[in-house]
Amino acid sequence: SQASHRFHNSLLEKQYVGFATLPNQVHRKSVKKGFDFTLMVAGESGMGKSTLVNSLFLTDLYKDRKLLNAEERINQTVEIIKHTVDIEEKGVKLKLTIVDTPGFGDAVNNNECWKPITDYIDQQFEQYFRDESGLNRKNIQDNRVHCCLYFIPPFGHGLRPVDVEFMKALHEKVNIIPLIAKADCLTPNEIKKLKDRIREEIDKFGIKVYQFPECDSDEDEEFKQLDKELKECTPFAVIGSNTVVEARGQRVRGRLYPWGIVEVENQSHCDFVKLRNMLIRSHMHDLKDVTCDVHYENYRAQCIQEMTSKLAQDNRMESPIPILPLSTPDVDTEKLIKMKDEEVCKDVI
Amino acid sequence: MAATDVDIFMNEEKRNLSLGGHVGFDSLPDQLVSKSVTQGFCFNILCVGETGIGKSTLMNTLFNTMFENEEASHYQNGVYLRPRTYDLLESNVHLKLTIVDTVGFGDQINKDESYRPIVDYIDTQFENYLQEELKIKRSLFNYHDTRIHICLYFIAPTGHSLKSLDLVTMKKLDSKVNIIPIIAKADTISKSELHKFKIKIMSELVSNGVQIYQFPTDDETVSEINASMNAHLPFAVVGSVEEVKVGNKTVRARQYPWGVVQVENESHCDFVKLREMLIRVNMEDLREQTHARHYELYRRCKLEEMGFKDTDPDSQPFSLQETYEAKRKEFLGDLQRKEEEMRQMFVNKVKETEAELKEKERELHDKFEQLKRMHQDEKRKVEEKRRDLEEEMNAFNRKKVAAETLSLSQPLKKEKDKKN
Repeated sequence: SQASHRFHNSLLEKQYVGFATLPNQVHRKSVKKGFDFTLMVAGESGMGKSTLVNSLFLTDLYKDRKLLNAEERINQTVEIIKHTVDIEEKGVKLKLTIVDTPGFGDAVNNNECWKPITDYIDQQFEQYFRDESGLNRKNIQDNRVHCCLYFIPPFGHGLRPVDVEFMKALHEKVNIIPLIAKADCLTPNEIKKLKDRIREEIDKFGIKVYQFPECDSDEDEEFKQLDKELKECTPFAVIGSNTVVEARGQRVRGRLYPWGIVEVENQSHCDFVKLRNMLIRSHMHDLKDVTCDVHYENYRAQCIQEMTSKLAQDNRMESPIPILPLSTPDVDTEKLIKMKDEEVCKDVI
Repeated sequence: MAATDVDIFMNEEKRNLSLGGHVGFDSLPDQLVSKSVTQGFCFNILCVGETGIGKSTLMNTLFNTMFENEEASHYQNGVYLRPRTYDLLESNVHLKLTIVDTVGFGDQINKDESYRPIVDYIDTQFENYLQEELKIKRSLFNYHDTRIHICLYFIAPTGHSLKSLDLVTMKKLDSKVNIIPIIAKADTISKSELHKFKIKIMSELVSNGVQIYQFPTDDETVSEINASMNAHLPFAVVGSVEEVKVGNKTVRARQYPWGVVQVENESHCDFVKLREMLIRVNMEDLREQTHARHYELYRRCKLEEMGFKDTDPDSQPFSLQETYEAKRKEFLGDLQRKEEEMRQMFVNKVKETEAELKEKERELHDKFEQLKRMHQDEKRKVEEKRRDLEEEMNAFNRKKVAAETLSLSQPLKKEKDKKN
């Protein structure tokens, strides 16, 4: 029987199929293809959004930008501005798009100031919907917003009405990650109090922020512990910096004060590292997946439902199959179709 | 004789005389001081700033005490003002301090009307004082002056510029109250950012014509320090009631993982400057400015609104009494006229309604007549028909009787014929 055992093993060795290399193949192909990610930042002016984006991606996206005066902002409307950059690290290419929302919450009357933002997100969904249903799907560009970082001011006692309204308008369209901005304004106790309060209010108002996926049960304890810490740390209290300072003998990104130096990447100073790791190093792909599988699918289902119910109302025809939209509504073709339609109706009559 | 004497000497110039010895009226300021100390002082501070920006903490820090305060909610429907009065004693000086808080400021989504409750509050305090001043029997020395002497405007430390709400609000307040803008929670701005931020804020205020309080430089004893302080506006402050041990001292500070921000350390923030300016040097000037400038402006506008003038069309000075009487007559005349108008209107309305009612009455009457006629016609017709019917019946009866008598005689004849 020992002999047969040996024979069995060597057979197993010979019978190595090789699909264990699939992850490597996926890795290789993805490197070749490159990745894309669209990140939206939203919050009042002066919350450090641009500084944080620069700190996250270690680049300067906002050279020479012009800020408005208080007077100009009294009646300011919200704009949507996209910055797209191609960055590369160890052969992996990332097409990063940052969607800025200047003007949000800055006017005196901010009624529905989130509307241009929800419209923008819907437009990207609609564009993707058209592309996906079209005939030529080779080079679909995915401009859907994968994540929205929402900056909550650290000066208050919790969420303000505009924060609640904004998140409720967006939580079913995009992954929202709320952040406490400019956290160097708060002592550790104050941070804890504010985080607790914000988590409470998010629950109370039924806001659905991005949830980290559950750990697989077969992950090791250390990973599970880190994951638990991450989840209990939200909303992340962040600090950003465009400048490098000398601290404890090293050059680090930080803020220099007369009473000390705040280091952006020091985990006892703020949650920047947690945010960066989560956003870029571990959960970037999950954010994309949730956008595709949940937010986009919700949009698509809703769209189709509206279309079929409209058709039923129009009473044109009862089709058991949902009508797909034309990929590009060609004006001439539509005219032709309409003409033929009328001809047919005339003949029938 | 005395009156003409006065006339003759009216235009004589004042002469300076030198004294032969110490008279003693140099004690006048001391007398004034001792009187005002006995009276006690009154000071009213208005704090304008968004919820959570540190208004209450700063007040506690400035006055080194814990005024009672519950944390405000972000979900107020509008802005409302909450005044609280405290009696403080330092050395032997009594201070009646009123702190007015703006609750809910900056929280609404639509802040178009946020400034209004603040302006209304300030005006109401002026109005109350004016009413007291205009009374016949007044007790101004006893009056609890609630007019706002200083408005501390708390600017959020964004590092960019003023918020649009800040600009709009300060513009509405600058002609009614002394404004000192301060940068709140300044421990989040680094030194270089702070310098740029202050310059930006001041330039925005200037370019939009917002008048903030200038520390007075006309008194040589304080002009130098005031002038230098003016250049440090807006003050970047940090408030704290917690004490931290630094070196071998315990100071009020905020403890961070990266260091300790000391409230009274002038290289950390401008708290000391604010306290110096607000309380130790210029408190009295603030009270004076409020009374002599802002209140006078309010009073003048209000009285002009009511129709008072200082000079009549011929540029002769009016006496207030004459103006009063003229006003009163005018007012009574107005009242009478209005009464007449209303009475006239009432009479007209009554006439109108009467006429309408009469019209309706006539209509009803006509209708009634018409119906009566119709009824009579119908009755006549029915009568005719009845008579016709009666005649027919009578005719029929006669015929019947005739027929009967005929038939009675007929059978006898038949029988006779049969016998034959």
